[in-house]
Amino acid sequence: MSLWNAIVVGLKEIWAHKFRSMLTMLGIILGVSSLVAMNALVQGMENGARESLVAVGGLSKVRVEAQPVPVEQRHMRDLAVGVTMNDVYALQHSAPEATLISPEMRLDGFNPTLSAKGKTYRTWMTAGVWPVQLDMMEHKIAHGRMFTQMDDEMARNVVVIGTGIRDELFGKPEETGEPVIPVGETLTINGYPFTIIGMFEHYESEQERKTRELREKEKAAQLAAGTTNQATGPQRSRGWGGSGGRRGGNFAFWIKNNTVYMPLNTMWMKMKSGQSNAPAVPTLSSIEIRVADPNRIGEALTQVRNVLMVTHRGIEDFSFRTQEDWADQINTFISSARTSGGLIAGISLLVGGIGIMNIMLASISERIREIGIRKAVGAGDVEVFIQIIIESTVIAIIGGAVGLATSFGLIQLIASVTPTDNAPVVTFGSMAMAFGASVTIGVFAGLIPAFRAARMNVIQALRYD
Amino acid sequence: MALLELRNVSKIYHLGGEEIRALDGVSLDIGGGEFVSIIGPSGSGKSTLMHILGCLDTPSHGTVTLDGTEVQRATPRELAHMRNRKIGFVFQFFNLLPKLNVVQNVELPMIYAGVSGRERRKRAEHALELVEMSHRLKNRPSQLSGGQQQRVAIARALVNDPKIVFADEPTGNLDTHTGEIILALFRKLSQEGRTIIIVTHNPEIAAVTPRRIEIRNGKIAEKVDERLAGLDRLAAKAGSLAPAA
Repeated sequence: MSLWNAIVVGLKEIWAHKFRSMLTMLGIILGVSSLVAMNALVQGMENGARESLVAVGGLSKVRVEAQPVPVEQRHMRDLAVGVTMNDVYALQHSAPEATLISPEMRLDGFNPTLSAKGKTYRTWMTAGVWPVQLDMMEHKIAHGRMFTQMDDEMARNVVVIGTGIRDELFGKPEETGEPVIPVGETLTINGYPFTIIGMFEHYESEQERKTRELREKEKAAQLAAGTTNQATGPQRSRGWGGSGGRRGGNFAFWIKNNTVYMPLNTMWMKMKSGQSNAPAVPTLSSIEIRVADPNRIGEALTQVRNVLMVTHRGIEDFSFRTQEDWADQINTFISSARTSGGLIAGISLLVGGIGIMNIMLASISERIREIGIRKAVGAGDVEVFIQIIIESTVIAIIGGAVGLATSFGLIQLIASVTPTDNAPVVTFGSMAMAFGASVTIGVFAGLIPAFRAARMNVIQALRYD
Repeated sequence: MALLELRNVSKIYHLGGEEIRALDGVSLDIGGGEFVSIIGPSGSGKSTLMHILGCLDTPSHGTVTLDGTEVQRATPRELAHMRNRKIGFVFQFFNLLPKLNVVQNVELPMIYAGVSGRERRKRAEHALELVEMSHRLKNRPSQLSGGQQQRVAIARALVNDPKIVFADEPTGNLDTHTGEIILALFRKLSQEGRTIIIVTHNPEIAAVTPRRIEIRNGKIAEKVDERLAGLDRLAAKAGSLAPAA
């Protein structure tokens, strides 16, 4: 008996009991579609989390920060210098594993006050940096230019701002209805005037971009229809959550949008060195380092530490902050979400398999005589066994295929009921895995019924009524 | 060597510690081309004998040789193979598969013999022609009369060109007239040279066959008691059905 014949016989048997077969398949359909949908949701979350991780520079970025002198070195704390420009120069010369080195100097004490056109805004992401910071933090200039080394050496009063600052001081383009590009405008930081020479592009997650585009499309449609749905009455602020989208993984994008960069020298010479509590040498808030290979981050950090131990005269008053913890957290979260979701979907697949086994057992006891006849005309145990296995497998395959189709609908349903930051992503791997699982379950569910059918006694089966 | 050889065959069942000898030391030869009836009252062991002859069952003791193959040593797989290639069965209740149509039912043994689709169809139609059922190829068994179903079953039994055709009460579920047509069909097949073994409790049917084997209490009766079986009367009466011999 050829395989094709067996499959045709199986299909006929399923067609002969359409309703029963459909109910049986339902278990597998639900199992497969929930497995795929769950995987898609988790994949979406993972993509969102990784997006944020990349937005802050990825795994290859390391931050060097000052830390209190360790207890055993307390007696030498007067010799501790902190993180200074000397460290930057030393690393540039002696740490080849650090491919990009970018010093960062922030104002101490209160957040600096930015003001322009009568509006003020405070943000702590105001820093004096080198032009290389642009590469370091994955910033992109959308309008104007980044300041140059020349600007740095001349300590010019120029700044580059993010769109968040623009929104707060010069107005949002969504509200004014036209692009707002404040390049060339003047901005004061703690009273010192600065010229805005550049603005970054607007940073947002995939999900934010999609909702914004949707909103714009709606607005365009409204304008075209001639009906404007503008809010009346006084403007209201929706507080922290609504304005900046400071939720979850979007925090990374919010920070990038609220950045103000000025040349490092400007920060030092004009805003810090003249202060009464200023240190003797340019002390940095932190140094950002990009290592050559994130897989060899351990070696790179050792190299950086060795260099810094020289400039710090053996006093370990600095520490490293990597994104490894964040990456680990993402991995832990994703794998636990996968496991728990997979377990639930797996249980429903198992229930589907039990349903198939149940129906196959009922089917063979209904067909004892048929099995007897088939054996009498020459079907061996193996042929009967294969026939039953194929029938249960065909049910599982059809159920699996329908389940894959249904999973897309299920994802839409889940996405509409529980809005997430991250759009679900259906991967080919998860579909293949779910389908493979359903076929495997079909084969296993058929084993016991097929074994029973194959072991049936011909004479008794022929006499059975 | 005869087509079928039984030597001292016994079949013993154990029912609740009790030993039941369904067959007790039966020895028997059936040659190629013979037209034989196995006759006996119910419970005599004739069904058990047919099951063993037809490779549906194996004996407890003794040897059964079918066309040179020892049945008692065969594995279940070899038994299935012999049922498929060397034996055709016709049953009292026809035993056609209700979900398949006439041609598909006749094709069934060839599916297990691995015959290709086109060849299967050709041979099935040829076999149905032999039993004069070519006009109902696409019908379901439930749409046929009993006699027509039995003719389809005979076509199915013949389709793999077996050495022996077994018929277990082939007319038991048919009216007298239809039964006679079926018996005439068997006689025609016998005249074409096929080996046919009919198992029956009905002396009228046994009267048709030139050789009769009577089973009583699991043993072959020495001589068929024609008077007991009512065969003497029938032989005269049923002259038209009896073989030319």
